[in-house]
Amino acid sequence: MRTTTHRALALAATSALVLAGCSSDGDSDNDGSGDTLTIGIKFDQPGLGFKDGEEYTGFDVDVARYVADKLGYAEEDVEFVEAISANRETMLEGDQVDMIFATYSITEERDEVVDFAGPYFVAGQDLLVRADETDITGPDTLEGKNLCSVSGSTSAQRVKDTYDQGTGINLVEQPGYSECLSLLTSGQVDAVTTDDIILAGLAAEEGSGAMKVVGNPFSEERYGVGIPEGSDQCQAINDALTDMFEDGSWQEALDAATTGTGFTPNAELNPPTLVECK
Amino acid sequence: MADFLDVITTYNIPAAYWVNLKLAFFSTVIALTLGLVLAMMRISPIPSLRALGASYVTLMRNTPLTVIMVFAVLVLWPIFGVNFSQNFAQNFFWLAVLSLSVYHASFFCEAIRSGVNTVPVGQAEAARAIGLSFLPAARLVIMPQAFRGAIAPLGNTIIALIKNTTVAAAASVAEISILMREMIENNGNYVIPIFLTIAVGFVVIVIPVGMATTYLSQKLAVSR
Repeated sequence: MRTTTHRALALAATSALVLAGCSSDGDSDNDGSGDTLTIGIKFDQPGLGFKDGEEYTGFDVDVARYVADKLGYAEEDVEFVEAISANRETMLEGDQVDMIFATYSITEERDEVVDFAGPYFVAGQDLLVRADETDITGPDTLEGKNLCSVSGSTSAQRVKDTYDQGTGINLVEQPGYSECLSLLTSGQVDAVTTDDIILAGLAAEEGSGAMKVVGNPFSEERYGVGIPEGSDQCQAINDALTDMFEDGSWQEALDAATTGTGFTPNAELNPPTLVECK
Repeated sequence: MADFLDVITTYNIPAAYWVNLKLAFFSTVIALTLGLVLAMMRISPIPSLRALGASYVTLMRNTPLTVIMVFAVLVLWPIFGVNFSQNFAQNFFWLAVLSLSVYHASFFCEAIRSGVNTVPVGQAEAARAIGLSFLPAARLVIMPQAFRGAIAPLGNTIIALIKNTTVAAAASVAEISILMREMIENNGNYVIPIFLTIAVGFVVIVIPVGMATTYLSQKLAVSR
């Protein structure tokens, strides 16, 4: 009974968001109970989850497609919808999506309301700087520097909590990474911080090698596959991911997302060890 | 429920609301002043001033606040070099106040003009008849009556402004909606209680404004 009420509430909240125009999920009637698989991804993270016209590209998308294929869904039966960070839990709780591949770090709190398969990648928080920058080599060298991150994100919080204690970091919180990138390009900030693989994607998108990832990660973010609480898909997803690690397509997808950015994923942690399904 | 209370007490929610209230206070003062000037322009006998006032109101009222806010942060500051302080937090705060003020000034202007419309035309004619020129007539005769008739629409505009302070999140101001995003990021298990908490906070802030303006609009209404 409790879960029913909870679901109803979650649904009400999400539909309120849809009405308010906060979500671009126009196909909420598609609950995945039929033959299609609805997958939530980011639309605005080049190299990870990116909507380029009508095409979806990036590492998250490639992994999602591979998993969907292994679960027996043809490519045309997979539907991608945008899952912005703040909506991810409610979209899963309201059964609006079947899975979420959206740089979704596995945390204890989220694990209480949704289930996770994976992780399929372990990222670390890092810094993106202009290519000619030599002063900034890690979080300890940010004294007196201007730093940009996305408002409310874990990355912004970590800087505030851990490195902002009297170190004189001037933190700007912008709504998205593209805004941060434009401030970095125009010289208003000296560095942008978030997970290394997101930064690598941004640097690649910017092109021309004007930006570089510092390569001194200071956290561990395990990107999991979000699935609704109590879903029976967890083991199947994990099996698909194991296949992907083993047959080389995981490495291929990762290379495609990071080539030319000078970023190399942490080899000790990747490919990651899968967590056991409940 | 007790767990949720433990979670929300780890965040400084009053401090975040305080930022919204400060934004609302400074923006209301500036926007009301600017709105009064605009209203004077729109009722003035000089056609060019009237056109200027009308253009400003039409332009600002029809531009989304988010666009103005993002323009301030991504164009005004980095490209035109409008900088209020070397401290980012201070700079963004004042950029947000600026955006909120220029936007709401158009609504305050129209609220005041609606008040002017409650003043019978004979009042202005009488003011002219005793030899007052436009400015003294406006200051001594028209505006005092207009404000008393405009209290309810002014109150509505202030309420809208208070709620619109959350748009300052787009300008990197650490107010309540950024804190809400942070809370959801960390505690995806309590998304709905978090939404409700923030909503209740706004209700608590806004209801007294509504009650006060209703009371004042009745109390101060000019009986005709």
